[in-house]
Amino acid sequence: MSSTLRAHEGTFDSPGSFAKNVERKMSVPTVRSPLRVSAVADRLFGWAARGAALLTLGLLAAILLSLLVGAWPAIEKYGLGFLTNSVWDPVSEEFGGLVMIYGTIATSLIALLIAVPVSFGIALFLTELSPAWLKRPLGTAIELLAAIPSIVYGMWGLLVFGPILATFVQQPLQRLFAGVPLLSPLVSGPPVGIGILAAGIILAIMIIPFIAAVMRDVFDVTPPMLKESAYALGSTTWEVVYKVVLPYTKGGVIGGIMLGLGRALGETMAVTFVIGNFNQLDSLSLFQPANSITSALANEFAEAASGLHQAALIYLGLVLFFITFVVLSLSKLLLSRLRKNEGAKA
Amino acid sequence: MNSTLRIAILSMAGVLALAATASAQDVTGAGASFPAPLYAKWASDYNKATGVKINYQSVGSGAGIKQIDSKTVDFGASDMPLKDDELAKKGQLQFPTVIGGVIPVINVKGIAAGQLKLNGQVLGDIYLGKISKWNDPAIKALNASLALPDAAISPVRRADGSGTTFIFTNYLSKVSPDWKAKVGEGTAVNWPTGAGGKGNEGVAAFVGRLPNSIGYVEYAYVKQNKMTFALMQNAAGKFVAPEEKAFKAAAAGAEWSKSFYQILTNQPGADSWPITGATFILMHKVQDKPAQAAATLKFFQWAYEGGDKTASDLDYVPMPAVVKTQIEKTWGEIKDGSGKAVALK
Repeated sequence: MSSTLRAHEGTFDSPGSFAKNVERKMSVPTVRSPLRVSAVADRLFGWAARGAALLTLGLLAAILLSLLVGAWPAIEKYGLGFLTNSVWDPVSEEFGGLVMIYGTIATSLIALLIAVPVSFGIALFLTELSPAWLKRPLGTAIELLAAIPSIVYGMWGLLVFGPILATFVQQPLQRLFAGVPLLSPLVSGPPVGIGILAAGIILAIMIIPFIAAVMRDVFDVTPPMLKESAYALGSTTWEVVYKVVLPYTKGGVIGGIMLGLGRALGETMAVTFVIGNFNQLDSLSLFQPANSITSALANEFAEAASGLHQAALIYLGLVLFFITFVVLSLSKLLLSRLRKNEGAKA
Repeated sequence: MNSTLRIAILSMAGVLALAATASAQDVTGAGASFPAPLYAKWASDYNKATGVKINYQSVGSGAGIKQIDSKTVDFGASDMPLKDDELAKKGQLQFPTVIGGVIPVINVKGIAAGQLKLNGQVLGDIYLGKISKWNDPAIKALNASLALPDAAISPVRRADGSGTTFIFTNYLSKVSPDWKAKVGEGTAVNWPTGAGGKGNEGVAAFVGRLPNSIGYVEYAYVKQNKMTFALMQNAAGKFVAPEEKAFKAAAAGAEWSKSFYQILTNQPGADSWPITGATFILMHKVQDKPAQAAATLKFFQWAYEGGDKTASDLDYVPMPAVVKTQIEKTWGEIKDGSGKAVALK
């Protein structure tokens, strides 16, 4: 069983090994084909594919370099202190990124906390529980959610969802938690319905289709034989999913979650609408207007005077680049740890 | 097959040649988003009248200044005038095109447009967070006859860097020493309180849906969306309503003859609206492409002569006639490489 598992997980490997696979597959028709011309075409295609892969690497390096160059005045002036300073004052030219970094991470975490269980439920229902006639329309409907432009989510969040959140969630919670030491600061602030929580929930709605679609697809590839064997041994649906389907597909599941997290970290338009764009970190309230890295960039870049303001904004972009990089590396690390444990068990 | 290919290539070359001749006359500009609807309308009217195309990219004042500095456009546009010494250093010329007002708008139950009276000090304190309730004694003192609710004020402002914010914060810096010390003026500032909406429409949406909120938007938004505006006390101590004649009064008080670096906030005059500002065009004084510069100037000359009605229709305020004459006089400073003034006629 462990060998099939590894072969399956190979598809979620790094782009490099994917390129290797392509090369291996390509050499097959060369041997079979009697025509000389196809061998040349084959080689050309190989170069083109390699070129595309190298181009991506080159672009990545170029982006990193131009970010570094653009951000240099700010890096030189603030160093790593930029990450812990919460003052963002374009007038007196003092810049720190803590508010935006906190906003980006907090909204993405809230989004994941909501989206992962919901997506798991959707995928589970679609693959194991749903009657056959419902599978297709429901699956398509969820995929359609992914096609809605983010600005539509933003406007809906601002005009429809925000007021609902303020009236039916924040105000009751404020009454409920009034005077409770740890919880009341979490829900404090004027009832405007925009802030960290609103942005997190909108992001969750936006990434659910991505995570759910990936989870459904990988759940679907679990060989029916494995599931049926487990059912035959008397397992409940939950046991089958938890002990057979999930271990078999965990690479894909984590890949899907990372895809969603990547989207949440980088989402700009919808967040700008509902986060409040407020550059002060004076309370930990989930309902307090805040700011995110992408939102600050989108709002301020066009009017930023070239100089420290612009450099500080590019520095923020660089920080986002590193956050995404760290998140990706952590997911790879997690995957390889999981794989290693498996070897020990077998 | 060969001949079809040849025809295709030839026709493509023809199209390219056509495009090249057309673009020789085209004028490009970039910058402030505040006057963009007007420039677009002027450009389409001008195109109908003369066949010359004016491309204006509404990318923001900051980006407009960057683009004219690097000479990628024929003119830049900014809501924030450049100081005279900065202009001299860059070798550029600036002139105002139209005037606009920034208006405080509110959403308080029971208070209609034009009922609430505010002054700069109170407005500054609201945005500093020092006045946090609508029934604060300072607001009550200005509005003895109004029933103000015991509710928290939700201040709303621009999230994106903007010329509107510059005019607003410039005014607050002039009238409130506290504001000047703590926040200052700029297209983006370190706001001590409040939620940010993207663009005038974002602020208008916030104020429209948040009870007990206050925000600031451009005049056109107030007029077109029939928003609840507040009256402002001007430098002469009078409470004025935001209307075209109040902006004109503010523009008339400025000393345009000395310099076009005029910020029209807190101007003297009994009728002046205190939060008024002009929007500006930037051009290089020494032109590598004199024909382009001449085409650009012709467009603005046409706009000054025949574009006032369009401006008024779109709720912008045209420049006074005296100022227009002064502006056209300064155009003589725009020269080609050999030092000859760029011909207008």
